[in-house]
Amino acid sequence: MSALISALRQFAGLFVEDGWLALAILGIVALAGVLALLMPRLSLAAGAILLFGCLGVLVANVMRAARDERVR
Amino acid sequence: MGLMMTWTVAAPAISAAFLSSLVEAVEALTIVLAVGTVRGWRPAGLGAVAGLALLALIVLALGPLLDRVPLNLLQLAIGVLLLLFGMRWLRKAILRAAGVIPLHDEAKVYATETAQLREQENLHKARLDWLAALASFKTIVLEGLEVVFIVIAVGAGRGLIGPASVGAIAACILVAGVGFAVHRPLARVPENTLKFVVGVMLSAFGVFWIGEGFGIDWPGEDIAIIAFAALFLVVALGTAALTRRVGREALQ
Repeated sequence: MSALISALRQFAGLFVEDGWLALAILGIVALAGVLALLMPRLSLAAGAILLFGCLGVLVANVMRAARDERVR
Repeated sequence: MGLMMTWTVAAPAISAAFLSSLVEAVEALTIVLAVGTVRGWRPAGLGAVAGLALLALIVLALGPLLDRVPLNLLQLAIGVLLLLFGMRWLRKAILRAAGVIPLHDEAKVYATETAQLREQENLHKARLDWLAALASFKTIVLEGLEVVFIVIAVGAGRGLIGPASVGAIAACILVAGVGFAVHRPLARVPENTLKFVVGVMLSAFGVFWIGEGFGIDWPGEDIAIIAFAALFLVVALGTAALTRRVGREALQ
């Protein structure tokens, strides 16, 4: 059982290493999805939120991780 | 035009599968070599073959299931997983390129794994072949799962699983051939550069597939993937440079 849990944890680790980054990505995807579904005529705006949101999240997460590493 | 449009997706898909499989195969080879060197090639080979057999079973089981999932749902699910996976690689590659965290060192991984196996040798002499085969099996399954996921993820949305698999298999054969010829971990492969490039490509694919899943009409259609990749690359390089500079200023 513990081997299975360990294997599942390692599998989940393929996608999630930093919980903050994963949650932020999912938040951006959800926001873009809501906009695309509720306002199909603004689907390009949803695309822009998705693309630039992910880029913003990446920059913010890296800067935060670098600052945390320096504090340590 | 149609052929060109297909190649704008096929070429990034094949190169993403090839480059990411190169990274995973190098990591798997290091552990299999350590097992083979300490305990002999029988347990190392048995573990690796068992791992490959399990991966083949997973592919055979998953393949027919994918055809039953509606395309936009498949694009959305795969896009989200690609984005999580790609941005995880990209984040780590940026932090390594900026010198915040150390580079992955295959020689060090090899030395650690060899030391652990030698330690186990003293503790569990009788069970060691099993433990050694298990180490080889585990690394092939875990690294192989990443390869399988990437092949499915970059190939499934446009029926490119075949070409993506060829890219992945070519990388694995190349690494296995070179690794077994030199009998040493491939420490000189520029792993972080590869991870950086693959992270950029997978993130671009992820954004594209999610958009397709939501019904977004991307300008330029498939060519948008290349534009997204270029944008991710510029932002990632800029972030690495900025992080490095801020780190240097903090030290002064």
